[in-house]
Amino acid sequence: MNYPTEEIIIAGFGGQGILLAGRLLCVAAMRQGRQVSHIPSYGAEMRGGTANCSVVLSAERIASPVIDMATAVIALNGPSVAKFEPRVRPGGILIWNSSLCKKILPERTDIQSIAIPATELSLTEGTERAANMAAIGALMALKPKLMTENHFSAALDEVVSERNRRYNPVNLRIMQAGYEAALAIIKKN
Amino acid sequence: MTEYKLMKGNEAMAEAALIAGCRYYYAYPITPQNEVVAYMAKNMPRVNGTFIQAESELAAASMVMGSAASGGRAMTSSSSPGITLKQESISYMAGAELPCVIANIMRGGPGLGGIAGAQGDYFQATRGGGHGDYRTIVLAPDNAQELADFTVEAFDLADEYRTPVIILADGYLGQMSEPVVLPKPTGKTFEKPWAVTGAKDRKQNIIVSLLLHPENVLELHNLHLQEKYERITQKIRRYETYKTEDADWLLAAYGTSARIAQKAVDKLREDGIKAGLFRPTCLWPFPDRELAECASHCTRLLTVEMSHGQMVEDVKLAVNGAIEVDFYGRAGGALPTVKDIIARIKNYEHSEFTHVQAS
Repeated sequence: MNYPTEEIIIAGFGGQGILLAGRLLCVAAMRQGRQVSHIPSYGAEMRGGTANCSVVLSAERIASPVIDMATAVIALNGPSVAKFEPRVRPGGILIWNSSLCKKILPERTDIQSIAIPATELSLTEGTERAANMAAIGALMALKPKLMTENHFSAALDEVVSERNRRYNPVNLRIMQAGYEAALAIIKKN
Repeated sequence: MTEYKLMKGNEAMAEAALIAGCRYYYAYPITPQNEVVAYMAKNMPRVNGTFIQAESELAAASMVMGSAASGGRAMTSSSSPGITLKQESISYMAGAELPCVIANIMRGGPGLGGIAGAQGDYFQATRGGGHGDYRTIVLAPDNAQELADFTVEAFDLADEYRTPVIILADGYLGQMSEPVVLPKPTGKTFEKPWAVTGAKDRKQNIIVSLLLHPENVLELHNLHLQEKYERITQKIRRYETYKTEDADWLLAAYGTSARIAQKAVDKLREDGIKAGLFRPTCLWPFPDRELAECASHCTRLLTVEMSHGQMVEDVKLAVNGAIEVDFYGRAGGALPTVKDIIARIKNYEHSEFTHVQAS
């Protein structure tokens, strides 16, 4: 299968599982034989500001882990939308968390802007901490070549610590909810 | 099936050190190499080794000197400003011929600089770094796998030549997670009859870096060191070439810069432009003859670095005026771009073409 190189930025605030979501994408791709790189932002980030990571997935050797213009951005809070919407390539994808972005809304019309109520989808399972899973689900709907549900589950078991692995069935359901939500949006357009 | 693990470069290097038999690790935290310290703190007890978070970089490097003198496999790591502080001990260890491994996960300077990756410490690493007439072997990985593999080799090289070995990688390599297959121990063992292990039933061993008597002892010691460096220079020739056989335009780069340069080579080749890459994987000794040979059929050479031009001086020494050497670099945490490299090379191609027309 022909895999296009994906350059994905995931952003939100600390505690939303930004780095874990990035590692999950990497492990799922790595297990399918792809080259991957994951690099966290570790700049002078402000408290309460954004945390982010850059993920590159490719059939070829990865030159730089640092992304200039992303093929997809996942923004799980308002400040992340503001910071990273300009970094989506024309024609690229922005998945944004409509549960938390109330004041700052995406503005660009040359990208595919997908509003997912990620935190609300997570809350239907009784936790607010798995918005990252809803967003990954949405990304899987928009980019079916990334991974199947089986890849997702296997990668989840690998990246989630043993202590938290008991929540994985919940994580899976929230991912599926995000997947369905994105699918509904794609069909409507 | 090969078992890949997704590991940060820093973690891959730390685990590789344990695999290589490193049982003494001393350090003081600094970004972007903190994961090495954290990993060692957590995992050194697993192999019954010693981990100490020292009170300072100076102390950490001195502790390495102590463990090395007593025959242990010892390591420290830091990032640029911290490595500067370690130079006193590195010079002492070079003088006293103590094997050890020092990793520098470089950040931007000068001074405390920033915390993003850079390659501004090439001069410091390859010219000795501290005072006195000495060199250290400098290995230059360009991904997490090589950070692991080179670390295992570094311990063997240190023991073989009784010398400090530097692993020189930029902060991006330390911070980035990539698939890694953990290396196996080499199985090599090294006798250390010189080590200070308690002089029971043998002559006392004394390890010093201060040599005063007789009058010519220091000159003789320096000649001995130079003879050793010459042996190292003869023996260690490490580099990789990529599409250089028919290249008109040769790129030279190491570490993260080399990854970016390699991508530029691929893109240029797609446009029918014959570019190639020479990547030293050891910076001292520098693979000068090999680079000169590679460059002999090229029209121009472009060195790419995350600095304002350091390795380029070794590149110029290597080709010795045979072809024109150009430089492109970005520093302070910024990365060279594939786009900029391509623009440079296309510019060469263009000027060459117009030159031919004019004549």
